Amino acid sequence: MPLLEVRNLKTYFHTREGVVRAVDGVSFDVEKGETVGIVGESGSGKSVTCYSLLQLIPRPPGRIEGGQAMFDGKNLLKLSEEEMRKIRGHKIGMIFQDPMTSLNPYMKISSQLIEPLQLHKGMGKTEALERAVAELDAVGIPDAKSRIDSYPHEFSGGMRQRVMIAMAMISRPEIIIADEPTTALDVTIQKQVLDLIKTRQEDLGTAVIFITHDLAVVSEVCDRVNVMYAGRFVECAPVEAIFTEPRHPYTQALQKSIPALQEKGEDLYTIPGLPPDLTKPIGGCAFAPRCEFAVENCAHGWQPKLVETGPNHWVQHCRGCVTV
Amino acid sequence: MAYLELENLTKHFRRRTGLFTPPEIVKAVDHVDLSINEGEIIGLVGESGCGKSTLSRLIMQLLMPTEGSVVLQGKRLADLTPEEIRKRRRDFQMIFQDPYASLNPRMTIFSTIAEAVLTRHPDLGKDWDKLTAQVSLLMEQVGLDSRYIRKYPHEFSGGQRQRIAIARALATEPKLIIADEPVSALDVSIQSQILNLLRHLQRDLNLTMIFITHDLSVVRYIADRIAVMEKGKIVELGESESVFKNPQSPCAQVLLNAIPKIQF
Ligand SMILES: Nc1ncnc2c1ncn2[C@@H]1O[C@H](COP(=O)(O)OP(=O)(O)OP(=O)(O)O)[C@@H](O)[C@H]1O
Ligand SMILES: Nc1ncnc2c1ncn2[C@@H]1O[C@H](COP(=O)(O)OP(=O)(O)OP(=O)(O)O)[C@@H](O)[C@H]1O
Ligand SMILES: [Mg+2]
Ligand SMILES: [Mg+2]
Repeated sequence: MPLLEVRNLKTYFHTREGVVRAVDGVSFDVEKGETVGIVGESGSGKSVTCYSLLQLIPRPPGRIEGGQAMFDGKNLLKLSEEEMRKIRGHKIGMIFQDPMTSLNPYMKISSQLIEPLQLHKGMGKTEALERAVAELDAVGIPDAKSRIDSYPHEFSGGMRQRVMIAMAMISRPEIIIADEPTTALDVTIQKQVLDLIKTRQEDLGTAVIFITHDLAVVSEVCDRVNVMYAGRFVECAPVEAIFTEPRHPYTQALQKSIPALQEKGEDLYTIPGLPPDLTKPIGGCAFAPRCEFAVENCAHGWQPKLVETGPNHWVQHCRGCVTV
Repeated sequence: MAYLELENLTKHFRRRTGLFTPPEIVKAVDHVDLSINEGEIIGLVGESGCGKSTLSRLIMQLLMPTEGSVVLQGKRLADLTPEEIRKRRRDFQMIFQDPYASLNPRMTIFSTIAEAVLTRHPDLGKDWDKLTAQVSLLMEQVGLDSRYIRKYPHEFSGGQRQRIAIARALATEPKLIIADEPVSALDVSIQSQILNLLRHLQRDLNLTMIFITHDLSVVRYIADRIAVMEKGKIVELGESESVFKNPQSPCAQVLLNAIPKIQF
């Protein structure tokens, strides 16, 4: 049985302008020790998917409309706040996209790091502090011992991000949800952090849900990849297949847009058009209006199902482009 | 004459280390000299914590230098009166590393961007339709649907907020932009769209830009020259292709070797 089993998750926001279907029927599994990537368009629902699992959606306007997320024999979506508090930051750690919104600006970094250890693990202060220094050291903060009593504003952007990573890993969770964990890190520190996560996975069997826009990083760290577009997964496959045989036109277009692969001086390739209005029901493939292969058929019918086109390779069955 | 000149620019922070020990000095920016031409895009790269954001804050006059000065078109910024600084503010804009912290949570996207547009075109305050059209245009340029014009920052995703911050910076029609990791939170297609936009602004309006990023493939694409920073100092400066092909400093070599590559 997978460590985490998400089925048909739906999270909507009820706003003045209508119901935003931010996550609209998403399913995936996470196995022990595995790294599952979520990639996709900005605004497609990657963060909301992860926040939903930890009940961190602001309610209202957000509401989990359906689905389940089984972890440890319990449905995460149905837990009481008290039960959730035992899991959040303890069994499931989260690295947030925006470090300043999750670090308390008025609290020393040391206090923020040791709090969960004292709370959940019943550690004494000295022991917790030692662990905290070691953890900062591991994510590459220089002079961790003397810097641990700083406040967040005394750290650079990348250092704050590393504090977040240390915070998520310090209680040795079973799953780490990492939302853009390395966007502010230079490549050498990024490598150090990714290697550290990998070591933890090997030693402790930690599973990781990894959200990133950096496809090279995806190719290096993920075992499986889910490609998200407009609140849905359009393709789910082992990492190699995503890069060598991308099936869905959105996955293909994404790879075509990587700036590194293009010539200097030319205009970079971009996917034309805008993502759809999430307040309106989307019939057929959500990508169809921007898809260069779209035929009339694509835009028909309700949400297309995912079909298996290769070993463990699932693609949204758009009649226009994916011939099975 | 260079458009922007940094002369011996230095910023030291004091860091408390304990009750009875003397404070430590962090040399965040350490005697930096750099001269940037009008219409040039300089890529600023370096390890996390090497002083890139502090350098930008100094140029933006958000921090006072410990030593040295920022000279814009021959004028020392420190010598300008607050009134003159305010007038010039709209000419240089910063896109911050942490977009959410730099957006006012109580203002809709319209108000945020319109406020910036009005600093350049105060007359539009009387022409609501024109102002709205201008705000919508800016939103579309950064790939945001103008339907979202009445929404608040918390109703957006991370990458959408980043683009609001970019649109706000462009709204004042600046001559100099300092962009601190402006595209790292964006998917590759939107990244490309923003990079195209910035390059077109450079070409059409002679925009000058300092582009800070850890993504070296992005900097290679956009920058004319690359400055490599290490421990508060600029240790290498050169044409972007030549820094890439033939990096001189160990720091640049290490960074180039660590670039992740698609494995398959
Ligand atoms: N509080 C809210 N109220 C209304 N809409 C919201 C709210 N929070 C998020 N949304 C919408 O939900 C959608 C999904 O947002 P989410 O943050 O999950 O995107 P994302 O895939 O993480 O994007 P990014 O890559 O830019 O971080 C977005 O279109 C966003 O506008
Ligand atoms: N207000 C402050 N007080 C004390 N030290 C500070 C302060 N601001 C920055 N520093 C220190 O100055 C150094 C340079 O920080 P800066 O934010 O400029 O780095 P950076 O190059 O932007 O890094 P990153 O890529 O991680 O954002 C760091 O060691 C940081 O801890
Ligand atoms: Mg997000
Ligand atoms: Mg910085």
